[in-house]
Amino acid sequence: MERKEWPLWEVFVRSRNGLDHKHCGSVHAPDAKLALQVARDVYTRRQEGVSIWVVPAEAIVASDPDAKPELFDPAEDKIYRHPTFYKLPDEVNHM
Amino acid sequence: MNASPEHIDYVLRIGDNALILGQRTAEWCGHAPVLEEDMALANMALDLIGQARLLLTHAGRLEGRGRDEDQLAFLRTEGQYRNLTLCELPNDDFGRSMVRLFLFASFQELLFERLAQSSDAELGAIAAKSLKEARYHARHAGDWVVRLGDGTEASHARAQAALDYLWPYTAEMFAPAPGDEAVAAAGIGPAWSTLEADWEAVVLPAFGEATLTVPARTPFRSYGKFGRHSEHMGHLLATLQHMQRTYPGAQW
Repeated sequence: MERKEWPLWEVFVRSRNGLDHKHCGSVHAPDAKLALQVARDVYTRRQEGVSIWVVPAEAIVASDPDAKPELFDPAEDKIYRHPTFYKLPDEVNHM
Repeated sequence: MNASPEHIDYVLRIGDNALILGQRTAEWCGHAPVLEEDMALANMALDLIGQARLLLTHAGRLEGRGRDEDQLAFLRTEGQYRNLTLCELPNDDFGRSMVRLFLFASFQELLFERLAQSSDAELGAIAAKSLKEARYHARHAGDWVVRLGDGTEASHARAQAALDYLWPYTAEMFAPAPGDEAVAAAGIGPAWSTLEADWEAVVLPAFGEATLTVPARTPFRSYGKFGRHSEHMGHLLATLQHMQRTYPGAQW
């Protein structure tokens, strides 16, 4: 008998209205509809969410870990990209 | 509270269904085919046990003899349980468990919808709360029924065998019980027979989509709701009751 693994789905949960969906893990499921249902059972059984996204893991294009130096290191000494040179009025908090 | 015996029996039937199928479904915990379904089944089993707690507590209060949910769940004898035989049948394989849950949850969903307007306010509140759970169970199990039935040759054969085995027990859901008319006349809840057409309108198309053949009705009848159970019930109760019988009143 042919044995096939179910596809992997990445699960994103929005914990409250107004917040972003955050990646919280992955599930195996035969199709999208059941992926949503098992994501509900695995990741929101303690009231963790109000909305779920599932995305086929294979649809995610990831950056290459070996390309880290050229992708991320150049940002290291560009402190002028941080908006820290502005004087903010006191009334503006938490920027 | 002094409720009529028919009223108490009616609530007990609904509560015992949830208790016994909850116990059966919980047997999957740690044994389901994949982790995701293991959690789904455990969640659904706990939903059913939660419903049983509310319903048995309510039945105990209606009875007015001081019996609480634990005494009703753990200290009755086999013949005093009023659950459908369908709920006590062994799980066998994943296919049978899903077909059974679909048959049962679809029934429960219709029942809870009707009970939400019950003249028994407590029963109505329990039904309104439990309806969402039943709806999810019916959807999850129903989706599985379609995938198994319309799946591989092996999954189709198992799902069909499950339906062939379980179908004769579904007649009991709608079999009239003494006191049905009184319960319906008092606005407590629907007579069982009035749910059949709506239930068939839900399950028959789903089995069609699953490419499963629904067997013809036969004269076979089960009688769990009258306290006459299958040979599987005693074994289930032995597991369910053993702690409470061995250490009466134990707490942890």
